[in-house]
Amino acid sequence: MQAEELTNLITLWAPEQKPGISKQFPEFILPMERLLEVMNLLKENSTTKMDYLFCLTAVDRKDGFHMVYHITSSEFLHTVVLRVILTDKVNPVVPTVCTIWRTAEYFEREVFDLFGIRFDNHPDLRRLFLEDDWIGYPLRKDYKDSFTLER
Amino acid sequence: MEETLLDIDFQEKEEYIINMGPQHPSTHGVLRFETCLQGEKVKYLIPHCGYIHRGIEKMCEHLTYPQIIHLTDRMDYLSAHINNEAVALCIENSMQVEVSDRVKYIRTIFAELTRIASHQLWWCAFGMDLGALTTFFYGLRDREKILDIFEETTGSRLTQSFITPGGLMSDIHPNFQKRVKEFITYFRKKLPEYDQLLTGNIIFRERTKGIGMMSKEMAIDYGVTGPSGRGSGFHCDIRKIAPYSAYPFVKFNEITFTEGDTYSRYLVRIAEMWESLNILEQLVDNIPQGSTMLELKAIKAPKGEFYQRVETARGELGVYIVSDGGPSPARIKFRTPNFSNLFVINRLAAGHKIADLVAISGSLDLVIPDIDR
Repeated sequence: MQAEELTNLITLWAPEQKPGISKQFPEFILPMERLLEVMNLLKENSTTKMDYLFCLTAVDRKDGFHMVYHITSSEFLHTVVLRVILTDKVNPVVPTVCTIWRTAEYFEREVFDLFGIRFDNHPDLRRLFLEDDWIGYPLRKDYKDSFTLER
Repeated sequence: MEETLLDIDFQEKEEYIINMGPQHPSTHGVLRFETCLQGEKVKYLIPHCGYIHRGIEKMCEHLTYPQIIHLTDRMDYLSAHINNEAVALCIENSMQVEVSDRVKYIRTIFAELTRIASHQLWWCAFGMDLGALTTFFYGLRDREKILDIFEETTGSRLTQSFITPGGLMSDIHPNFQKRVKEFITYFRKKLPEYDQLLTGNIIFRERTKGIGMMSKEMAIDYGVTGPSGRGSGFHCDIRKIAPYSAYPFVKFNEITFTEGDTYSRYLVRIAEMWESLNILEQLVDNIPQGSTMLELKAIKAPKGEFYQRVETARGELGVYIVSDGGPSPARIKFRTPNFSNLFVINRLAAGHKIADLVAISGSLDLVIPDIDR
């Protein structure tokens, strides 16, 4: 499916979408309450069949944490990027998408570990890389520790 | 009726939690599986990672773009060239510059040599995991030839850092083409030995056929890519889906098998070695002339977000750069293949014997520093 058709489809499903930052893939900024609905539709719709989440990550920006989802279809090979902006930087929460794509479960654990973003309804939200008693979330921009590599 | 002592099958009733790793020969690095065993059967297992987490993504936020290259070697050290290439391509695409055809050809030749070397090491270690020590010597004997070729041109055998944004660190050694051609002829003769030793071996087949079944849907759902995903019929070869470097110029087949067991994941890798030899043969004689380094004023990504997908020896590597236009990225994310390939192991191994767990984790070809980063 071409970028234009995808844009039309997502505008139909979520009229409040805003065009995203990247020019490489069609990208949409969605309000959080629409996220799961649009994702489910993208996966189940017979013309999109977005069954493969190949990257899930977070970015710490000035206006909040950005959750970025790169989704593609293993059959049609079209790709779309969805983005949710979490303006609450103190206690960021976002619904989990691991019920739609199982691979998200571990990406989300990594994001929780390194950014401290909580995922609603996640089956097993524990730290993945760092020790359980680690203080702070290293990939946040305000993270400071004694052996930081900043110059 | 009361059970007598003889009726109780202790092996079936008792549950044990056994840690496999972090120091275990078959995990090929520091990874720990918390396995719940019932007798010899695996009930479930939980992978614990982080033993070699170095915070590469955080480090990259304080390094300039050309410096990042040297850290990517240390993720999947068996696909060092391809990791370098992924970052280089991402930065070049962001700057909207294109390297010369010569660079593209040399990059692809190095990438395919890396793929063969990686599959050789996997093959010899996989045989050893299953108790066939001979494979280890056969595999390393042939891998040495490739490492010698790398050493001659790049000066390094494992972490080469040869492919940089804008081109290559240096031009190829005058002997390079000759030695690659010698290797192709040499390895074409040696590869059938691999089949004689292991593929046709009845013990090996019994140990791998029907073990660790992964359906295509499961592979897509868990994001299992590379030879492991293609063993289940998941068409995930980025060289075909989104061709980069010199892959548009060559003819090759994407290897897929549909069975989805350990044996088919094995067959994919053996067939990929043949296919890589074909790619090398098409490229090595036709390296065009041209410069090996673009003349760029400053190597840095402009403001924006960029994503690049490449196919490493283990699957899909994604590099996601968020840039504010500064000398170092605001955020860099490496979507590494092993990270996604690892977590399906609970689904594959549950219900099998613990010895099969070794075969399954071997067939996923995990490189632990790539998971932890």
